[in-house]
Amino acid sequence: MTIALVGNPNSGKTTLFNALTGANQHVGNWPGVTVEKKEGRLKENKEVTVTDLPGIYSLSPYTLEEVVSRNYLIDESPNVILNIIDGTNLERNLFLTTQLLEIGIPIVVAINMSDELEKKGDKIDLSQLEKELKCRVVAISALKGTGINEAAEVAIESAALGKTLPVCVFSGSVEHTLAHIEEAVLHHLPLGEQRFFAIKLFERDRKISDKLNITAEQLAHIEEDIKRSEEAFDDDSEGIITSERYTYIETVIGKCVRFKDRGERTISDKIDGIITNRILALPIFAVIMFIVYFVSVTTVGEITTEWMEDVVFGEGGELFGVHIYGIPMAVGNMLEALSVAEWLQSLIVNGAIAGVGAVLAFVPQLFILFMFLAFLESCGYMARIAFILDRIFRKFGLSGKSFIPILIGTGCGVPGIMASRTIESDKDRKITIMTTTFIPCSAKLPIIALISGALFGGVWWVAPSAYFLGIGAIIVSGIILKKTRLFSGDVAPFIMELPPYRLPTIGNILRSMWERGWSFIKKAGTIILLAVTCVWLLSNFGWYAGNFGMVAPEYSLLAEFGRSVAWIFIPLGWGDWQSAVSTITGLIAKENLVGTFGILFGFAEVAEDGMEIWANLAAHFTILSAYSFLVFNLLCAPCFAAIGAIRREMANFKWLLFAVAYQCGFAYIIALCVYQFGRLAQGQDFGFGSTVAILAAIALVYLLVRKEKHSFA
Amino acid sequence: MTFKNLKAGDSVRVMKINGQGALKRRIMDMGITKGTEIHVRKIAPLGDPVEVTVRGYELSLRKEDAEIIEIIKL
Repeated sequence: MTIALVGNPNSGKTTLFNALTGANQHVGNWPGVTVEKKEGRLKENKEVTVTDLPGIYSLSPYTLEEVVSRNYLIDESPNVILNIIDGTNLERNLFLTTQLLEIGIPIVVAINMSDELEKKGDKIDLSQLEKELKCRVVAISALKGTGINEAAEVAIESAALGKTLPVCVFSGSVEHTLAHIEEAVLHHLPLGEQRFFAIKLFERDRKISDKLNITAEQLAHIEEDIKRSEEAFDDDSEGIITSERYTYIETVIGKCVRFKDRGERTISDKIDGIITNRILALPIFAVIMFIVYFVSVTTVGEITTEWMEDVVFGEGGELFGVHIYGIPMAVGNMLEALSVAEWLQSLIVNGAIAGVGAVLAFVPQLFILFMFLAFLESCGYMARIAFILDRIFRKFGLSGKSFIPILIGTGCGVPGIMASRTIESDKDRKITIMTTTFIPCSAKLPIIALISGALFGGVWWVAPSAYFLGIGAIIVSGIILKKTRLFSGDVAPFIMELPPYRLPTIGNILRSMWERGWSFIKKAGTIILLAVTCVWLLSNFGWYAGNFGMVAPEYSLLAEFGRSVAWIFIPLGWGDWQSAVSTITGLIAKENLVGTFGILFGFAEVAEDGMEIWANLAAHFTILSAYSFLVFNLLCAPCFAAIGAIRREMANFKWLLFAVAYQCGFAYIIALCVYQFGRLAQGQDFGFGSTVAILAAIALVYLLVRKEKHSFA
Repeated sequence: MTFKNLKAGDSVRVMKINGQGALKRRIMDMGITKGTEIHVRKIAPLGDPVEVTVRGYELSLRKEDAEIIEIIKL
């Protein structure tokens, strides 16, 4: 038996789902789309599956979440719908209920926050509401856990009865038209389902008429009826249906609810008066962001990441006075004791463990960040961030909430990309994921230090220019991508509920933190392990003196590969194999690039900013080619950990490829322009490269300024 | 009149919602229908979007999107 949990966002659905299922749940994505899918077994009765549908306001065909939800309800037909309703916001919550009542699936309405309602002094007549909606209604408090088991039991009972009674929501003439549509084209369907489809056909819902294989002739026939209604009501058919639903809800509420007079402002109102105040809003936002960044990226985050890198995946440390080896050494000793072949030892310790360790080192930092995000989301502030910043970000095809991923991205792109989960609009979220890693993360700082130290004598402007480059790349990409066919089309309107401020529970915050953190470890972990192992193999094996085996880096397969692809980078001014190989090893972790240069120039180990090789680099590069190298490496595909995060968030291999290809292509064009225009500015000859650069620049400007063909499809 | 020239504290009534498709549907789904009373709570620090009270809850929308709502001042 399956219970489908349906309700508005902020109705307490997640809390109820957690309370009903306990630890027996798994989170994934709906097939083919990045909409979260949660399923679990009822704690009290393991036979019963609870499916948590996305939080939605309506069953319209216009948003991904709504389409996913209604397809699930129609195609999978769960045994019963448990519709959770925010009791403090009945009118709008009941709107979805009026739509759910039509599907023909038994439904139980659970009025949440009944305790808050009592405190306010409002009274809901439950038995009267049951009579109006013709289904069972229960009062619950998901937060305190009261009435939850009863709600589940009532749902199971209703499912067993399996009966639904039609509710007449609309006025006589509309009901008449609906009856006519049912008779004309839907009479072959089961009685309980006809009403839902009749309303959708009346609304001219293309997705439904296609699904039902309704012929053009039949459509033309019912079109006459629809037109007549539209003339009579002076509104389009969708508008008529929506208006009538709300009119119906007003009469139901009039009969069932007694509101206590509300003169004074609530605490939430008072908080909001300060936090989104015209003058204070931006300073308060800056302070909150500073705290989030300071704790999760610099102080606590940095300490835990260093601890993971130096102790757990490093030298080991003291615990209660006993020296404990770090994982690489412990595993190395074990493999030694088992007398495993040397190359395999090296593969496991220096390849797999070192590579995955570099990624797992971020996990504590991720958890801290996810805790903050969960708090900001569930207390209601996240919605206000979008409210405050929307004006700026919408110009670049981003959401106000994109600020957080980008800010976090200055520390590490992985949590930055994963912070994009809070953005509802699919397109805004995808653009944010694709552009977040343009901002230099902390692992790119050694690259900046290397280039600035070796070629620019440590001049002050190189580092800031990297950040301006990142911000510029985000803005330019946002504008360009927004105008492409992938992201144009139906422009998502910004119509967002601002939920009342609520103090979240610790349990909910920890759970949300764990879910996000674990999904990173699990999903990103597999692709990263594979990738780092491959790169390690390629950089340690090769042919030397006619034999294949472990070789010095300059003879490795990776070096061979570097030599064969280096020509690609000639137009950028650095077509040598060392630069190409360093760029590739930078994919494991960006700071690797410095170490690789060190090895290729014959140093065993170099300082973080690669001071030892500055002289070699200065001879190797010109100022221009070095800056072009820097530009390319700052903007191109991020490290495998971040690529893993992109894959996780896009939930689609094609989108991952598109994102990485876009990043590399964009990096190439910008580096090309930097190098070629720099050459021209220095008075060097006009060559083939210059022509290509000019064409690329013209194409870029065209993509930026061309007219957007958008429509509210 | 439309949302462009409203100030914080204004109360208005919806006369009609123009247009069709996703935007109109979304606005109406959120409870802004013919005859609804809307109270303008505040305007965002950068001048847009606006925050309104409708049917007992807080909603924010861009002035540009709200252009299709025909209103009269109360």
